[in-house]
Amino acid sequence: MSETSPAAKADTTKLEAESRSATKAQLAEFWYYFSQNKGAVAGLVVFVLLVLMAVFAAFIAPHNPDFQYRDSFLVPPVWQEGGKAEFLLGTDAVGRDILSRLIYGAQFSLFIGVVVVTIALVGGITIGLVAGYMRGAVDTFIMRVMDIILAFPSLLLALVLVAILGPGLINAMIAIAIVLQPHFVRLTRAAVLAERSRDYVVAARVAGAGHIRLMFKTILPNCLAPLIVQATLSFSNAILDAAALGFLGMGAQPPTPEWGTMLAEAREFILRAWWVVTFPGLAILITVLAINLVGDGLRDALDPKLKRS
Amino acid sequence: MLRFLLGRLGLLIPTFFGVTLVAFSFIRLLPGDPLDLLAGERGIDPERKAELMAQMGFDKPLWQQYIDYVIGIFHGDLGTSFASKKPVLDEFLTLFPATAELALCAIILAVCLGIPAGIFAAVKRGTIADQAIMGTALVGYSMPIFWWGLLLIIFFSGILQWTPVSGRISLLYFFPQVTGFMLIDSLLSGEKGAFISAVRHLILPSIVLATIPLAVIARQTRSAMLEVLGEDYVRTARAKGLTPSSVIGLHALRNALIPVVTTIGLQVGVLLAGAILTETIFSWPGIGKWLVDSIARRDYFVVQGGLLLIAGIIMLVNLIVDVLYGLINPRIRHH
Amino acid sequence: MNFQKTLKATLLGASLAVIAATGASAKTLVYCSEGSPEGFDTALYTAGTTFDASSKPLYNRLVEFKRGTTEVLPGLAESWEVSEDGLEYTFNLRKGVKFHTTSFFTPSRDFNADDVVFSFERQLKKDHPWHEYTPGTAWEYFNGMSMPDLIKEIVKVDDHTVKFVLNRPEAPMIANLAMDFASIVSAEYADSLASAGTKEQFNQQPVGTGPFAFVGYQKDAVIRYGAHADYWNGKEKIDNLIFAITPDAAVRLQKLKAGECHVMPYPAPADIADIRADSNLTLMEQQGLNVGYLAYNTKVAPFDKKEVRKALNHAVNKQAILDAVFQGSGQAAKNPIPPTMWSYNEATEDDDYNPDLAKEMLAAAGVENLSMKVWAMPVQRPYNPNARRMAEVIQADFAKVGVNVEIVSYEWGEYLSRSKDVDRDGAVLLGWTGDNGDPDNFLAVLLGCDGVGGSNRAQWCNDDFEALIQKAKTVTDKAERTKLYEEAQAVFKDEAPWATIAHSVVFMPMSSKVTGYVMDPLGGHWFDGVDIAE
Repeated sequence: MSETSPAAKADTTKLEAESRSATKAQLAEFWYYFSQNKGAVAGLVVFVLLVLMAVFAAFIAPHNPDFQYRDSFLVPPVWQEGGKAEFLLGTDAVGRDILSRLIYGAQFSLFIGVVVVTIALVGGITIGLVAGYMRGAVDTFIMRVMDIILAFPSLLLALVLVAILGPGLINAMIAIAIVLQPHFVRLTRAAVLAERSRDYVVAARVAGAGHIRLMFKTILPNCLAPLIVQATLSFSNAILDAAALGFLGMGAQPPTPEWGTMLAEAREFILRAWWVVTFPGLAILITVLAINLVGDGLRDALDPKLKRS
Repeated sequence: MLRFLLGRLGLLIPTFFGVTLVAFSFIRLLPGDPLDLLAGERGIDPERKAELMAQMGFDKPLWQQYIDYVIGIFHGDLGTSFASKKPVLDEFLTLFPATAELALCAIILAVCLGIPAGIFAAVKRGTIADQAIMGTALVGYSMPIFWWGLLLIIFFSGILQWTPVSGRISLLYFFPQVTGFMLIDSLLSGEKGAFISAVRHLILPSIVLATIPLAVIARQTRSAMLEVLGEDYVRTARAKGLTPSSVIGLHALRNALIPVVTTIGLQVGVLLAGAILTETIFSWPGIGKWLVDSIARRDYFVVQGGLLLIAGIIMLVNLIVDVLYGLINPRIRHH
Repeated sequence: MNFQKTLKATLLGASLAVIAATGASAKTLVYCSEGSPEGFDTALYTAGTTFDASSKPLYNRLVEFKRGTTEVLPGLAESWEVSEDGLEYTFNLRKGVKFHTTSFFTPSRDFNADDVVFSFERQLKKDHPWHEYTPGTAWEYFNGMSMPDLIKEIVKVDDHTVKFVLNRPEAPMIANLAMDFASIVSAEYADSLASAGTKEQFNQQPVGTGPFAFVGYQKDAVIRYGAHADYWNGKEKIDNLIFAITPDAAVRLQKLKAGECHVMPYPAPADIADIRADSNLTLMEQQGLNVGYLAYNTKVAPFDKKEVRKALNHAVNKQAILDAVFQGSGQAAKNPIPPTMWSYNEATEDDDYNPDLAKEMLAAAGVENLSMKVWAMPVQRPYNPNARRMAEVIQADFAKVGVNVEIVSYEWGEYLSRSKDVDRDGAVLLGWTGDNGDPDNFLAVLLGCDGVGGSNRAQWCNDDFEALIQKAKTVTDKAERTKLYEEAQAVFKDEAPWATIAHSVVFMPMSSKVTGYVMDPLGGHWFDGVDIAE
């Protein structure tokens, strides 16, 4: 089956070499378009800063995020009356420094985003490739399952899944990945359907490329653009959904300094200590906004036709 | 057209059964049960518990429970709430108008602001106005709405005391529920000030729930407009000397709205998910809060029935959007 | 906010049959309740929230608790006699008691023996036409109190006399009949619904003899009541009572401050100081009949050694817990029963907070690098407003004496059942709220040998302790019982199966316009006798 004639082999090698140099050109073009979008660059800068903050949290954070200063419960931010200089953004109900918790919280939010997108992306692409490539009954079955998942509001489905798996950060991430991956399946499948009859795929098939090779090495790289855009979107969605689950008490569990969980814990102080409510939400907003800015930039750069922003 | 419609309906049937299966298995996978929860620290006698579980039909084999459940659905019977002892469907129908009213107000707000904002931004492309609108839209799109709701409460209800804190209407008003929509019922009641009160109670929750759809619609409208404005027939119309506003109004807008209609349809799921958070924050007596509470209480039949009904609504709306899309844009039918 | 003016205008416009008020002077009290009632036929349910909305405003019982106490007074029964063998209770019923006249029911007769027999027989007899009148009917409280075994029959002697015949003597029988499940419903109303084929309305549109009549309920939003004009104990001073269902404590307080409601239960501990400072609000408080504790598993090493348990008790900083978790709405606990309960041992000495001593004791017991789990329940309880936060404080305290703590949690139902396991890994945060004020209800249930593998979460079975509480059960002399229970508490403190954490204080914030509100030691919320100033 997999025996290939030398001529065909040479053909594929040539094709690959061409595509490599094309990749370089594409990257340059991509960066050109991306850097045109000032918002996207700003978003990228903020995002890089957030990543740095998360990585070097131990060096930046002024306090241990879990240490309880027993004489400093609910201290307001430094600029407000009663604030203390050592707690820039104040402390929470058990005397932990909010700034330090926010800095460490960046680790969780980014971790959530990366893990969820990875699971959803890998799962979604594999399933989508299989559906689009195999067609027939397999395709129908997969797409009906995806329809079922999409028939529920994502947050509700995630909520029930977490209730089944048990509240916690890991389970919340699994649940969110499950509700996000149908989008990847649909995108991949659509792209595969569009690509599979193209000349280069037919050529590779004639040259005797196997199914797996055809799916992953030939077709997949050509449908990456929409997937990358979707992945950025999912990254910010994952952070928002995880925070929402944390807010409903079903996400990361205290004392984890996850931002949504911090908000949930702070809810009872809404009238008394505005800072414990305001800052975690602001952190979520800034992070999600930065990622969405980058996502818009990526979309413009990858698909100049779709100039949306 | 009929074939198209039938085809879409045909796709719905397996999905519907899949949804029933999912809802059915979920409540059987949930750890804990309503009886233990209700008994609390006191505990419940195991024999008595088995008796009560049998009363709910949980002693039958799984396949039979499922068949009973599906047969029940076709008779409009979704079981009885464990907490209130009332039929799940009745509870849903009492609470649904509250969610529907909130969601409708939110979507109307989102459409009425989002489409003009998108058009304006597209027409003024590249200007400061465009950037400001799109920047705001992106902030809205990135908003954790549960936090946004809390901020609005702190500011408008707490500090300024302009809006009421929670509920659907001032407690001073009392009139029969005719439609379940407080805005309509308050007008029908003829009581002075009732309508105003209902509106005041709706403002903050609607804003919170509309935030994300508004942003999405504004962005979608702008990009659709830009695409259409670049197309040949619009340029021709312009060249013919039509005024910019009639170009936008007559030609571009109609075509640009096609993808926007789809977007609005897709927002229904977003709205229902948002309703869970919004209703929790504002103590709004709707189905979002009802479901979250029921999951926590392990009120089996409410969770099972509620999931099914919500999925049913989303599927129905998606079908309507599909059909509408097919009507506006005949090309799609042949795909 | 033009509260009073709008109120008058509205009430004039509203055509409410039951509200006998003349409009211009109608007084309305709004109570921001914490949750929705499950229904209005009290005996079907066990939740306090449901009782507040059903049995308390709508119904009466044969006997009633005196307001603010657990003392029993005549209610719908004017007097009663108990036979010498303790098996027959004969009640002489009050005459001229009217049921509510509402938009959905007009009674044709006064309350009589038929209503009493109906109220109990439907719970007692499995073949009673009202035994299962709505799907999923379960008379949980009646069953939970073992009434089906206890009551042999209920006999109507004449229209105004009813006799309860028991299978065995039961000293607390009279007090039991003052409980919510013993509320008296209308047999005539039941008959009229049965003939109309709408039995399920019995649970949705209730009719009783109580101080307030049912007007309407919007699910999860509002319940309305009107004063019962012909109430046998005199018409209430307020004309309308409204329950505004507001599950979120912060929102409840917002509404109280904005004048949207007048009374609220369960304020967030965080807001207590703020409420105290507000001159428009009154804050009533009462010590709760409860205890919150951390139960070690005394069957698992190293917690089987009392020295280790003692050492850990010395490592818990209760003051920090009271500050951070209770925000001042609690008091440190040293005994397993609350101080308001008789036989509370004042002499017990608590394990003071002393990390150095704790470290020494652990070292002396040969325990090094101890790692343990602390279980924290996922829900708010009357005895513990925030178990997770409490666990975090304990985690930090234990870290100071070199003990590493992992906090674990399960869904509440799971938590309750898993924590019963005899070989459970870890110490568990839990508590108890008493239901009848007897020390046996705490000590035997929570620490007796029978409770091992069940409600005794410390899995602690101590011979001395067990002998004392068993003896106290059989003795009738209260002074002697007191002595026995005091001794039992001393044994408990010495053995330290628990770290006793705190007893909570129950707060009721209300508008300072409200007068006559009395707090219920059993945790209910009553609005009879309450007035509101214009």
